[in-house]
Amino acid sequence: MFSDNGVVIRIEGISKHYQMGDTTVRALDGVDLSVNSGEMLSIMGPSGSGKSTLMAILGCLDKPSHGRYRLDGEYVEGMSDARLAEIRGKKIGFVFQQFNLLARTSALENVMLPLTYAGVRGREKQSHAREALDLVGLADRMDHKPGELSGGQQQRVAIARALVNRPAILLADEPTGALDSKTGDELMELFGKLHRDRGITLCVVTHDPEVAALTQRVVRLHDGNVLEDKSK
Amino acid sequence: MNVLANIRVAMRALAVNKLRSVLTMLGIIIGVAAVVALMAIGNGATASITEQIEGIGSNMVTVFPGRFERGGERIQANLTYSDYEALTQGVEKVSVISPVFQRFSQLTYGGNSVDVEVMATVDNYQQVRAMELANGRFVSRIDDSSRARVVVLGSQTATDLFAGLSPIGRNIRIDDVFFQVIGVLASKGGGGFGSEDDSAIIPLETGYTRLFGSRAIRQGERVLSLVSMSAATPEDVEWVMVQVERIMRQRHGLKLSDELDFTVFSQNAFLEAFDQITATLTIFLGAIAGISLLVGGIGIMNIMLVSVTERTREIGLRKAVGARRGTIMFQFLIETIVLSLIGGVTGIALGWGIAYGVSAADLVQADVQGNTIMMAFFFAAFVGIFFGIYPASRAARLSPIEALRYE
Repeated sequence: MFSDNGVVIRIEGISKHYQMGDTTVRALDGVDLSVNSGEMLSIMGPSGSGKSTLMAILGCLDKPSHGRYRLDGEYVEGMSDARLAEIRGKKIGFVFQQFNLLARTSALENVMLPLTYAGVRGREKQSHAREALDLVGLADRMDHKPGELSGGQQQRVAIARALVNRPAILLADEPTGALDSKTGDELMELFGKLHRDRGITLCVVTHDPEVAALTQRVVRLHDGNVLEDKSK
Repeated sequence: MNVLANIRVAMRALAVNKLRSVLTMLGIIIGVAAVVALMAIGNGATASITEQIEGIGSNMVTVFPGRFERGGERIQANLTYSDYEALTQGVEKVSVISPVFQRFSQLTYGGNSVDVEVMATVDNYQQVRAMELANGRFVSRIDDSSRARVVVLGSQTATDLFAGLSPIGRNIRIDDVFFQVIGVLASKGGGGFGSEDDSAIIPLETGYTRLFGSRAIRQGERVLSLVSMSAATPEDVEWVMVQVERIMRQRHGLKLSDELDFTVFSQNAFLEAFDQITATLTIFLGAIAGISLLVGGIGIMNIMLVSVTERTREIGLRKAVGARRGTIMFQFLIETIVLSLIGGVTGIALGWGIAYGVSAADLVQADVQGNTIMMAFFFAAFVGIFFGIYPASRAARLSPIEALRYE
């Protein structure tokens, strides 16, 4: 996990081009970025700046048109779909704006899902999932279904799900976007706590300056380029 | 993920839209129920008709006078008593042979009267036609030589005439001649080909001399309605027919090029023809049931495609947390298979119920066979796999990022 001198993510000259009719849209146009283990950064930018595309590429959900991407010491480009699925499951934890929990499925089972796909079974699976839920303060809500939980609680279940495989990095896409400001603040507090206490590497994509203010490093994107990369 | 966990996930997904799942299954349920019920009824009907045909008498070969030609023309000719005598002497590998003269006549007892086929024949006709007696005895040689006015009644005839009274020993009138009832045949059920239940049997000599008179004489010769014989073994049936044809050609002075003026008929030929008809019918029924299963399968595919679209985000999420293409494919395939297997099992139960109902209503003794059930089950499973592959592969091929962004 701490190979490559603690660099978790290193991307070099990443571009993503889409063909829209006759015009080529350059969502990303030669982005360089590296993230060290234990860092907490935010990626900011107006809509259309390419931050969602960058997030998708960092999360191995999408492939870049050009450039190199090394995740936790491994070059990702050229990997098979099956290998990418494994990388997503084991090295990356996703937190989405819309939670994306499976309805009619208990919090515990939602958290167990990545373990299932990673081939963890039986008692080990149960205890890992319980641990993760305990970490986000939902030990007493394990058997609740998403519909029975508040928005903030649902997002915490999603965080537990993202953490359960002990990924190299946590990617959060507008994690507070669907929450009221108070709940959003609580959530960012939880992120901060996880970062401090557990040394979790966290990358938050947001357009909210207040959220960005809570991270030590802010990367600003504009028109598919890095405009500013500032650490406190 | 193991199969059991997948089945659990599939059941949960199907339970979300219960009505939709049930309606989707309905196609399979009806298709499978149709296969099971139709096959059971077909098997039952075949068995009962086969039994009836065999009940007419085993290895039976019958000669009729005249012949129907294509186009409906009938070649007229007589079958005489001396033809019968020649056949008795000339045909090998025959265990019994009997002559029959029959005419419709009116039977009367008290105020009741019925019109039935009265067959004048000899004692061994009982063997040829494998007839059993419910009461009394069959006509005997002595009855024949003494020209006794005795009659054996078919079961239906006895019921119609006597309405519950014991017929044995009573006198009835056939046309205007009195006969004493000496026996009643056991019912064979069914009907069609020469039903014995609606008949009466008298000794041949009695028929010639006392009842039919000039109706049984043509050109000064006693004539017959038919001659029935039993080949010694089933394998001898062909040979017996060949010999009968040769002797009859000779006696009727027919050259090889001449049309036959008699008809040789074997029960085996009848059975074979019947088997062919039932085989065709079974294929036909199977095709209809197959079409309904096909329609049911298309229904399943349609709904699964809708389901894949509806659950695009779920698929994206599953991929984001590590599900491979194969895993997603398997998940949706299992869902379709579970859907069609539940439909299949329900259909089997329903078809069985229909077969049971038909039997209980005494229409046909339906026969649900194990291999029909197996076939229906595997066909349902096959439909599930076949029509599940396309939606499942659509789900598996979704790009994770596009699936997650799907609104």
